[in-house]
Amino acid sequence: MTIAPIDIDAALIARRRARGWFAEAVRRHPTVALGTALLALMVLMAILAPYLGTVDPQALSPIKRLRFPQEAYWFGTDMLGRDVYSRVIYGSRISLIVGLSVALCSTVIGLAIGLVTGFNRIADAVVMRVMDGLMSIPPVLLAIALMALTKASVGNVIFAITVSEVPRVTRLVRGVVLSLREQPFVEAATAAGTGFVKTLRRHILPNTIAPILVQGTYICASAMITEATLSFIGAGTPPNIPSWGNIMAEGRSLFQVAYYIVLFPAAFLSVTVLAVNLVGDGLRDALDPRLARRM
Amino acid sequence: MFAYIVRRLIATIPVMGIVAIFVFSLLYIAPGDPAAIIAGDLATEQDIARIHHQLGLDEPFLVRFGKWAWGVLHGDLGISIFTNLPVWTLIQQRLEPTVALTVSTLILSILFAVPMGVVAAWRVGTWVDRAVMGFAVLGFSLPAFVLAYLLILVFSVEFDWLPVQGYVSIRDGIVPFLEHLVLPSTALGLIYAALIARITRTSMLEVLSQDYIRTAQAKGLATKDVLVGHALKNAAVPIATIIGIGVALLISGVIVTETVFAIPGIGRLTVDAILRRDYPIIQGIILLFSAAYVIVNLLVDISYTFLDPRVRY
Repeated sequence: MTIAPIDIDAALIARRRARGWFAEAVRRHPTVALGTALLALMVLMAILAPYLGTVDPQALSPIKRLRFPQEAYWFGTDMLGRDVYSRVIYGSRISLIVGLSVALCSTVIGLAIGLVTGFNRIADAVVMRVMDGLMSIPPVLLAIALMALTKASVGNVIFAITVSEVPRVTRLVRGVVLSLREQPFVEAATAAGTGFVKTLRRHILPNTIAPILVQGTYICASAMITEATLSFIGAGTPPNIPSWGNIMAEGRSLFQVAYYIVLFPAAFLSVTVLAVNLVGDGLRDALDPRLARRM
Repeated sequence: MFAYIVRRLIATIPVMGIVAIFVFSLLYIAPGDPAAIIAGDLATEQDIARIHHQLGLDEPFLVRFGKWAWGVLHGDLGISIFTNLPVWTLIQQRLEPTVALTVSTLILSILFAVPMGVVAAWRVGTWVDRAVMGFAVLGFSLPAFVLAYLLILVFSVEFDWLPVQGYVSIRDGIVPFLEHLVLPSTALGLIYAALIARITRTSMLEVLSQDYIRTAQAKGLATKDVLVGHALKNAAVPIATIIGIGVALLISGVIVTETVFAIPGIGRLTVDAILRRDYPIIQGIILLFSAAYVIVNLLVDISYTFLDPRVRY
């Protein structure tokens, strides 16, 4: 009788092998799989925008303005007769570029500052006071202030949102570094005569990767929302580039007659942010079980 | 206790100092010469230079910062470039709707989110828990203005239950006042409520695994008493912390929410100021919101002593 359970296990393992790692991953983490799939879809859409049945997103045709969604105009047309479908598809590029760039820039800068402040007392005292000050300005407000100084461009939007995200990354990295410095393996490395740079590279940096990766995903999601917010209130991406926030801003005054102009970009924005958040939650659970319990 | 409050108050001075330097630098490096704007189109070089000198714009950075900061401490936030009115007057005119909106959102969010987090932790792993966690993920993914439009479409345009937009002062009747705040507060509060629900759940989960919870249950206390009297009380500090930190989300959200619902508050003032590049107003608003944020978090810090008697200073 002791043979039976082994048989079952063997059968189960065989079945799992047959299904492959992909199906297994989907079964075990359905939400992460969904997030990844949606995100991949959005990235593909952004890259292939010119081939997805779109027309020039800036092409005006005043005769055809404010058409309700129909066969020729899937998402309808706006008050200038521009095709909302094409604008929304092209708009995905801005959201993804801004989200990814901000996540990358703010984590790299935050990592660099965080490492320095984690190791140098004087730098720590000065830099962290500045970061405390910056953190007491709500992020969107800080980005608005910076955008008010510069002229509207995608690069400036990325810069403004990055500045408002850096303090949080810095604080995260600094916390990780401070706790790592007390760890026995770092002490052991120092005692064994390992140089500072090597300790940093071999022992400290690898341990900051996991929390930074998770934080980076959340920053990506929040940067997408901030970009849309800035564009929506007229302080973000310039109006001649279609972005989801811009399209919604243009549809604002016409919402009661032509709600579809606002609704389609809104739906795409929410789904993309949801996808990034799902991936982030998955990464968090996979990379850092302790963090998962804390969040 | 009193000494602690004083110490914390003093600790906010450098933070607000950094904010002030940042905000002042904003005007200092802002493009455009205020003197040229005030002088008008027909002004000569000498006129501009004279006004420049009158305004003290030719003085060094630190002197100008000192004068400006002194003014701010005396309630002088400068003059709006566009309307020529004192910034503080403009802010005062717009303060009521924004305070009403944020306070109602704060209360609404806490009333919904804390019980949700408690129930999710109590029924961890069940569909209730999953529903609350799903709500949290949704809350983080749905921007305030997207939700605002969905709510308007359903409740105002489709069913015509609530007003589409606008603001009615509480002096003009409590019912219309609340009617106009329901949708904006919901739209603004979703992400805040999601954050509070998530932290409440985590914090409760940690407490619920403690021995004294088992003891409380073993001695036959009602579930309600265990959850509220023993668990929530001990889980309160992280919840209070996140309620304070989350106010940043409310402040950021209020700007778009007021735009969507055409509420004449500080948020609208901000948007108008950006479109007109009216830097003194932008400065004043950043100072005001940052000060509000710092004060809220100071109050949260002080509340720890009441929430948890073990916390002593």
